[in-house]
Amino acid sequence: MNINASLFGQALVFAILVLVTWKFIWPPLIATLEERAKRIADGLSAADRAKHDLELAEKRAAEELRKAKSQATEIIAQAEKRASQIVEEAKDAARVEGDRLIAGAKAEVDQQVHHAKETLRQQVSVLAVAGAEKILRKEVDAARHADLLASLKAEL
Amino acid sequence: MSAEHNAPANATEYISHHLMNLRANPALTDPTDPSHFHLDTFWIALILGFVFVGIFGLVARRASVDKPSKFQLFIELIIELVDSNVKDIFHGKSKIVAPLALTVFVWVTLMNAMDFLPVDLLPKIAAEFGIQYLKVVPTADINQGLAMSLSVVLLSVVLGIQAKGLVGFVVEFFTAPFHAEGTVMKIILIPINGAMQLIEYGSRGLSLALRLVGNMFAGELVFMLIALLGMSWTGANPGSILGLLGQVVAGSAWAIFHILIVILQAYIFMMLTIVYCGLAVEEH
Repeated sequence: MNINASLFGQALVFAILVLVTWKFIWPPLIATLEERAKRIADGLSAADRAKHDLELAEKRAAEELRKAKSQATEIIAQAEKRASQIVEEAKDAARVEGDRLIAGAKAEVDQQVHHAKETLRQQVSVLAVAGAEKILRKEVDAARHADLLASLKAEL
Repeated sequence: MSAEHNAPANATEYISHHLMNLRANPALTDPTDPSHFHLDTFWIALILGFVFVGIFGLVARRASVDKPSKFQLFIELIIELVDSNVKDIFHGKSKIVAPLALTVFVWVTLMNAMDFLPVDLLPKIAAEFGIQYLKVVPTADINQGLAMSLSVVLLSVVLGIQAKGLVGFVVEFFTAPFHAEGTVMKIILIPINGAMQLIEYGSRGLSLALRLVGNMFAGELVFMLIALLGMSWTGANPGSILGLLGQVVAGSAWAIFHILIVILQAYIFMMLTIVYCGLAVEEH
């Protein structure tokens, strides 16, 4: 238990150990610890950010849904309006077509009447001649009395 | 001293034999000669230093941020302990204090822990190789304690000069701890302050070393005394059996208690190292 040269030997060993620790051991270990602490902090903040993003996304999704619903109702209303419009148009078209058909039919009827009248007129003259023939019991020359017959026809 | 290879003749011889360091130059008979060199302290401290540097260096080399092994986590626990203490106490810029504190803590713990080896184990093995003296606990050697404490005090002075400049350090050396307003009073206080500072630095170095060495020396001595209980074996008589029983019980109890002392003393040494370095860079 005496102080002697060992003091310097031990001090040297101590100094070398401290130097080695200072240069080669402490920096990588403390860097590892700091890196891990940083990663944990980053991870936590990323989680916070993700949560925030999720909230925003949910809000936006709800917003979109609401917008889509209102659009859908609008579209349905428009479609109903358009449908009734089409029905109205169809009714109008049908009415016009009906009118047209009625007019065509009327014209045909008129034509038929006219034609029948013409035919009757022809036949009346023949009948009149035949009647006259029977009354007069005398053959009337049709060619000779053509003028008479024609004036008779015109009178009808 | 009885014949070197034989068992010690009595308890006094046993203890004094165990308290003798392995000296580099056994021809020097005067034990107070300052040119003695304790080979046992040197080699055991050096080997334990290599153990510390080896283990921590290996972990530092393979340190993984994502997948730390359990052993790496254990090492990181120690690093965290040292780092948090340094951050709390030392507010200087120097980057050497934390590695210094780590070295002190682990190295001193390892050296103290040599106490847990049975007192006679290493000396007996060494005796087989012809080494007659071996003190296995380097921290029970005052040279080891003083080497560390004086290095720490010296480093704290260097840190103080680094932080305040040479002029600032010298001015503070002669104007603290007693402050004065007037110039005359300041001049009067110069020798008092200087003496106080000298005493302060000296007592720091001494107390730091003596606290550790005293504890470890006493602990080692108690282990030796406990070992003596069983050595009083004289055959299967009640006294010897009681002695053996006493050795087992007292040895276990002291070893368990000593775990606390070993770690506590290393921790105290580390904390005071940080505190002294912290005080050196702070303005008074």
